[in-house]
Amino acid sequence: MSWFRDVAGEASKSLVTLGATTRFLVRVLIASPSVLLRGDLIIEQIFNTGTLSLVIIMLSGLFVGMVLGLQGFQLLQRFGSEEALGTAAAIGLVKELGPVITALLFAGRAGTALASEIGLMRATDQLSAMEMMAVDPIKRVIVPRFIGGIIAMPLLAAIFSMIGIYGAQLIGVQIMGVDSGSFWSQMRASVGLHDINEGIVKSCIFGVACSLIAVYEGYYSVPTAEGVGLATTRTVVTSAVVTLFLDYLITAAFS
Amino acid sequence: MSQSAAIVEVRQLSYTIGGHAVFDGLDIDIPAGRVTAIMGPSGTGKTTLLRLITGQVRPDRGSIHVAGEDLGALSRNGLYALRRRMGMLFQNGALLTDLSVFENVAFPLREHTDLPERLIRDLVLTKLQSVGLRGAAELMPAELSGGMTRRVALARAIVMDPQILIYDEPFVGLDPISMGVILRLVRRLNDALGLTSIIVSHDVQEISTVADLVFLLSGGTVVAHGTPREMSKNPSEIVHQFMGGLADGPVPFHYPAPDYIGELLARDGAT
Repeated sequence: MSWFRDVAGEASKSLVTLGATTRFLVRVLIASPSVLLRGDLIIEQIFNTGTLSLVIIMLSGLFVGMVLGLQGFQLLQRFGSEEALGTAAAIGLVKELGPVITALLFAGRAGTALASEIGLMRATDQLSAMEMMAVDPIKRVIVPRFIGGIIAMPLLAAIFSMIGIYGAQLIGVQIMGVDSGSFWSQMRASVGLHDINEGIVKSCIFGVACSLIAVYEGYYSVPTAEGVGLATTRTVVTSAVVTLFLDYLITAAFS
Repeated sequence: MSQSAAIVEVRQLSYTIGGHAVFDGLDIDIPAGRVTAIMGPSGTGKTTLLRLITGQVRPDRGSIHVAGEDLGALSRNGLYALRRRMGMLFQNGALLTDLSVFENVAFPLREHTDLPERLIRDLVLTKLQSVGLRGAAELMPAELSGGMTRRVALARAIVMDPQILIYDEPFVGLDPISMGVILRLVRRLNDALGLTSIIVSHDVQEISTVADLVFLLSGGTVVAHGTPREMSKNPSEIVHQFMGGLADGPVPFHYPAPDYIGELLARDGAT
């Protein structure tokens, strides 16, 4: 019976964390309207989470697109339909790989940076100092980072998909010799607004989830070196699992 | 308000952390306009008392009145309004590491006022001048020494002209020169700005030169209070031990443990 107790204990802990995260989200949402007026704080965080992630997103997008071009070409060639490579790459990237891989990279680059920064602010009393200066850290620190992440994530996913399609074209058209006209025209004919909407919805929801997990873990981290390290690790692990779980749910909803 | 009227009144305060009673029926009156030191051995809850007085944590029982406001009855907004009348110097300074010295001091002004930039600049430079760091305005916190960090934090704590200034262990880890500078600043700011200063510290000699009144905490309550001169003459064994820095006395040096020889022999037997 001890395994049952362990499983029940873990399940109960997960539920408590889910409840605490939801309560934190409500607190953040209530504080958000007044922070929206402070554009400077939000733009600074879009820079920190978005602009500073651009290189890793663009490079990854290029390589993923190139792999997709290569694999897609080899597979489609078996059926004599290499011209469909543009469609396959675009749908794969816009609907699935763009949002998901961007979210995973976002959690690894921007999410960890957010969690460790906020955790260290807690450990060095900076958040307490704000409280003592009658400045709400949720409004001054958490909300701008949360909103910055939500805005940055869909933009990064769009850039990832765009570069990925270029990478697929580079391999498929430039190297493997797929007809350029067919590549682009089939893509334009087959990829609809519905597909793009799915990608946009996914990247927006992943942006909310990954940003929320990062600021939550940082804000509630134990104020020690070990505690901040754990919060950073949890940010990546939780974001990855939640992203993939949500990906399934949204894909099912759009099917 | 007369000089002796209490600006902080703590009544029958009880506070427990993890089953351990930090305070049990604590009563303290901190007079306005004075420099009051709260002292005591490590682990007696001095910093916890500051957190209670500033409303960062809530007591289990009892009441705390600060500047006439009952902390227990205040909403979050009410507490923030009260905190605008308080300044706090944290042990490590707690400067915002992504802002320059100037911006750190300007931070409360930018958050709470719509003052023109020119006026903010003048106010910040005035406060930095009063702590001797006007020339360091453009430095980042990482470029400051421990003493400088605390002086910048002090400038930030007084920039909103608070009524009460609270210092949490302001002398820890400072060299004698920095310590002397901070000591003189505590006294000068208190007298020049008409503040009430509350200092938590266990630097007995230093505090004795600057404090008007000392409260000695031990075992969750006040065991003695008075001027530094009265404290040095206090016949109580615990006051004598603490003020004299003696290892032997009512406050044990050793954390409770099993018999020393017995434990050593048991280990030898085990190996």
